[in-house]
Amino acid sequence: MNFHLTEEQRMIRDTAAKFTEDVIVPRAEEMERTGEYPYDIMERMAGLGMMGIPFSPEDGGSGGDWVGMHLCIEEISRGDASLGGLLDVTTCVVAQELQVFGTEAQKRKWLVPMAGGTEIGAFGLTEPGAGSDAGATRTTAVPDGDSWVINGTKQFITNIGFRNASLVIVTAVTGGGTGEKAIDTFIVPKGTPGFRLGKKYDKMAWQHSATHECIFEDCRIPGDHFLGKERKGLSQHLAVLQTGRISVAAMSVGLARACFEASLRYARERVQFGRPIYQFQAVSFKIADMAMNIELARNMYLKAAWLKDNGLPHVLEAAYAKLFASEMCERAASDAFQIHGGYGFMNEYPVSRYFKGCKILQIVEGTSEVQRIVISRNL
Amino acid sequence: MNLIACVKQVPDTEAQIKVKADGSGIEEAGIKWVMNPYDEFGVEEALRLKEKAGGTVTVVSVGPARAMETIRTALAMGAEKGVHITDLDNADAFATASALAAAIKEIPFDLVFCGQRAIDDDSAQVGSILAELLGVPQVTIVTKLEVADNKIKAVKPIEGAQLLIEASMPCVVTAQKGLNEPRYASLPGIMKAKKKPVDVKKAADYGISADFKANVAKMMPPPSRPPGKIIQGDDPAVKAAELVKLLREEAKVI
Repeated sequence: MNFHLTEEQRMIRDTAAKFTEDVIVPRAEEMERTGEYPYDIMERMAGLGMMGIPFSPEDGGSGGDWVGMHLCIEEISRGDASLGGLLDVTTCVVAQELQVFGTEAQKRKWLVPMAGGTEIGAFGLTEPGAGSDAGATRTTAVPDGDSWVINGTKQFITNIGFRNASLVIVTAVTGGGTGEKAIDTFIVPKGTPGFRLGKKYDKMAWQHSATHECIFEDCRIPGDHFLGKERKGLSQHLAVLQTGRISVAAMSVGLARACFEASLRYARERVQFGRPIYQFQAVSFKIADMAMNIELARNMYLKAAWLKDNGLPHVLEAAYAKLFASEMCERAASDAFQIHGGYGFMNEYPVSRYFKGCKILQIVEGTSEVQRIVISRNL
Repeated sequence: MNLIACVKQVPDTEAQIKVKADGSGIEEAGIKWVMNPYDEFGVEEALRLKEKAGGTVTVVSVGPARAMETIRTALAMGAEKGVHITDLDNADAFATASALAAAIKEIPFDLVFCGQRAIDDDSAQVGSILAELLGVPQVTIVTKLEVADNKIKAVKPIEGAQLLIEASMPCVVTAQKGLNEPRYASLPGIMKAKKKPVDVKKAADYGISADFKANVAKMMPPPSRPPGKIIQGDDPAVKAAELVKLLREEAKVI
């Protein structure tokens, strides 16, 4: 048994921590308020190789591992959880899907720039009628000669509105006419005729994350944009979402740390009834719980990432990590708000931002309820 | 160009320092160690010169085994190789500079960078002693540097003015905040750092003894601050008068 990170993993964490403190933390409030896309920060993250940590240099990556990737996501999310989400979707879901299931040509064309961070990826699974029930997908792909014609609408698509978003991987029902339903995945580059973005969503938080509806109307893509194996589209997608769950756990730990740090600082300074409120157990016990839960959640996501690095099954571990971390993060954000009293309600205090941003972590990459389904079905 | 950057591993500026009960040093448990921030400016400047004019950057460090991590950080930033002298714990400035000089003499060098001081012991002597031992010119506390025709032109701020100093190469430059903005170690750089060569040496390899000229006799935490005084009352004029009186008679500052 060995809980030590490798020297490289420590250095990745330290670099990400320093970058977060210097570059992201001072901008977090402004990004949320203005909703302007932080292209300069994204460019610097790309320049440091953050989008490609687990991929080989040949695939455009940094040559690290999934533990290092998630340590980086935790640190970035401590400053801004939506930038953690950028890494989750681009690297852990989309780039990984290309890396695992793509052909050599697809990897050269789309994975290399994505792992290098110059291009950003999006994935389109959710539809108005297909959320947790991903199998209820209604978007269709019909073969026509050597191409496919896609029709349908995907919603809540993270990243796709960034100007350097290159593509969306969509799931679509195929086998039209035969009556045999199968779901396959397709690479749809931005700019393909028939593919347009709906309005940018007005969200409760993460205004600077480019989330749009994706609309496909007789969108024709060449046959070589088919990703992976026939009839395996949904399971391919769900396989990489397993990593997305580890990422959301790491994001949750990062955000919970921000809640914890703000609470500890405030509670030690804020004087009521003649003493710092940290001296009241009603306050200090909340902060003690935050510290404990953060450590437990971190251990769980690191275990899941370690299992992945070692090629071992981690369905349960990824679900445990995601469920526990996102729920403890919501508690931490709520308690941080409570500790700050009326100040917690003020936009000038970061805890109001943390509170608004925590809830979505219990939804994305499978809701808490879906995690419980995954866990109970695997017992 | 053969560029050398001397680096020291120091406690993080954010670290909470506790002095050991016996006064022999600080409690190292739980301390996060980082590259001395002034040394980072030196590493960055060396890397920029290399990127502009070609050459190699060698990092040299005197410090215990954990200092290897600081050398790796410089390698991850882009330096080519390292030298690590491991067995001079608690060395004074002279012994440290002697070890650095001995290591650097074995490498061809055009320009040697040091931080203007280390943020742990604040001695600010190593760069100057090193230049003397190498028998080369030195310019300390540099905020701007140009290199051309085997000469450097360096800007050094002094009280109310700046000096522009020319020196012939090879020479030693000590780096001050403002010289540049150090880069972060990139993640591909981190993954490659372990494969770069680091020569691990003992002081004895250079004939340096651990018999230091200066030793820290005792380390003491700074005295704790006496509690503040709050002037009570409702009338601002009376409170102000009381404040002036206390500043004059008790604090003796006016």
